[in-house]
Amino acid sequence: MSEVISSSDARPWTDPNAVPFLQIKNVTKKFGAFTSVYDVSLDIYKGEIFCLLGGSGCGKSTLLRMLSGFEAPTSGQIIIDGQDQAGIPPYNRPTNMMFQTYALFPHMTVEKNIAYGLKRDGLPKAEIATRVTDILSLVQMEGFARRKPHQLSGGQRQRVALARSLVKKPKLLLLDEPLGALDKKLREETQFELIKIQESLGVTFVVVTHDQEEAMTLSSRIGVMTAGEIVQVGTPREIYEYPRNRFVADFIGSVNIFEGRIAEDGESHVIVASPEAGLDIYVPHSISGVIGQKVAVAVRPEKVMISKDDLGGLRNKLTGTVDEIAYMGDASVYQIRLDNGKRVRVTQTNLTRSEESTLNYGDRVNLGWDGSAGVVVTS
Amino acid sequence: MSNLPLGSRIGAILGRMGLKGRTLVIAIPTVWLLIFFLIPFLVVAKISFSVAAIARPPYLPIVEWVDGFFRINLNFGNYLFLLEDPLYVAAYLGSVKIAGISTLIALVIGYPMAYLIARSEPDRRNLLLMLVVLPFWTSFLLRVYAWIGFLKSNGVINNFLMGIGIIDEPLVMLQTDFAVYVGIVYTYLPFMILPLYANLVKLDEAYLEASADLGARPVTTFFTVTMPLSLSGIIAGCMLVFIPAVGEFVIPALLGGPDTLMIGQVLWNEFFSNRDWPIASAVAIVMLFVLVIPIMLLRWAQSAGEGEAQ
Repeated sequence: MSEVISSSDARPWTDPNAVPFLQIKNVTKKFGAFTSVYDVSLDIYKGEIFCLLGGSGCGKSTLLRMLSGFEAPTSGQIIIDGQDQAGIPPYNRPTNMMFQTYALFPHMTVEKNIAYGLKRDGLPKAEIATRVTDILSLVQMEGFARRKPHQLSGGQRQRVALARSLVKKPKLLLLDEPLGALDKKLREETQFELIKIQESLGVTFVVVTHDQEEAMTLSSRIGVMTAGEIVQVGTPREIYEYPRNRFVADFIGSVNIFEGRIAEDGESHVIVASPEAGLDIYVPHSISGVIGQKVAVAVRPEKVMISKDDLGGLRNKLTGTVDEIAYMGDASVYQIRLDNGKRVRVTQTNLTRSEESTLNYGDRVNLGWDGSAGVVVTS
Repeated sequence: MSNLPLGSRIGAILGRMGLKGRTLVIAIPTVWLLIFFLIPFLVVAKISFSVAAIARPPYLPIVEWVDGFFRINLNFGNYLFLLEDPLYVAAYLGSVKIAGISTLIALVIGYPMAYLIARSEPDRRNLLLMLVVLPFWTSFLLRVYAWIGFLKSNGVINNFLMGIGIIDEPLVMLQTDFAVYVGIVYTYLPFMILPLYANLVKLDEAYLEASADLGARPVTTFFTVTMPLSLSGIIAGCMLVFIPAVGEFVIPALLGGPDTLMIGQVLWNEFFSNRDWPIASAVAIVMLFVLVIPIMLLRWAQSAGEGEAQ
């Protein structure tokens, strides 16, 4: 691994000359009258961890199954490393998959499960043994080679499944909800391990998940899917900070949405007149549109300031009453009711240690956010 | 106490007698086996140790009261006779051979059928399963007789083959071992398909996909994943075909020839033609052990295999 990573290496999708490793071109999949995946095009580059994120039934798993060859696209093309995959059965594809249920063969030991794919390639016994040992130590499961899957815990099975899918050194590793079956704490630990393993092997990962936190932690880029279509592709930061539409804004993290119409479309800003907020919201560097066009402004709860005192020079200011307080430890979540009844969610990090909350139910408070905190989203 | 529902009151009474609900539930099949299996088995075992006689019943009692002595006459002659006369050994071996080959044929035919039914659309499965069970709605005897009509010299098969000119003279099929195999496989095929289906329908398709994903072609997947995972279904199906086939009497009697030697016929002859109940009983007891010992060995091997996995 190179120590210094040039900016184009780390973000190959920004380099116009980079050749995508996996190209999905206008892929559509229909099951009878139902369209599961509609006209999806994606370029994924070597060494990426690309997450397909969406709710259940959005088509993300179907897309993954088309990459592995279990389903054939109704139309469109899938190209892996320059090779069109049309008509190639799963057993001849340069991909391996880690299944959501792990699908470890129950009648084989851990060792035999991992060696299964290598045996199919007809590798010599000695090499199989070395590679199995190596991969077991990579996933820290050295002591479990002789166990059967039912003798392992959920986290251990997950590691074996990962080892089994990695041991053949696939060009492309497909992971279907890889951490879904683990409890929260184990999931968080495993996320970072997965990244470490991916970096050390340099395999390209495509991960399917419905868990936005998982997608944020793991991925180099995220493709947000809904109803069979990709609605936005971007880095976790881009997706979170600059959601393209309301679905993305709402799906990733929590958000306050203020409906309104464009009142002024300036050179470097727009002003959205929002009766819902009771405010003309100022948003810099945003989309341009027609005056009077229906839009909404999305503001993340943690970007809204809250105080009993005046908030000074912020561009967008509101007042309201504290309706609800949820103390989460690291942060507190406040529900503020504006005078017109609209509720606003505000998150504040608990910077200091105190026994009493500075804000109480029924307090009149000032809310405000800097111009750049808001994003204009279309429906 | 009197306010309690009847079930609870009965439960309480039985509880005072030292009986719990669980014991009661297990007691029913235990009593059933005792009355309808163990006691008849002991009666047969007793007869097998007695001496044949022209009497009613046609054997001498084992226990006698002679001159103030209580005497038990155990006659092992019947068992020794089974070994002396090569007919019996040949009949046992013939039965095991015919039952074994029939079981294998039933497995080869039944497995793909069970697999196909298990992999078909859920609402289609019940229809296919019903088709498998449908022959049971007709008498077993009638169905075996129907095969005579198919297999005989001027039967359906021969007439058809001669009609299209493949053969000039009829094939001899009836009264051969071939006809016995056809009859047994046909009759017992559902007993092979049903346990296999019950097993294969639970097989998670993800295992097959994982195997394909790791580079196994469908044939390899079948032998390395599907078959080992359905082993318990295979064993159950084979048992259900093999065990009744060994003792089969009607099929070889109707479809088999003079050369077809199966222990069921020998047993019938000893019992009804020769009226030699002791020999017939000895034949039955030995048959039971011929069947029980392999099953016990198999169970033992299975549980040892599981024990190793624990």
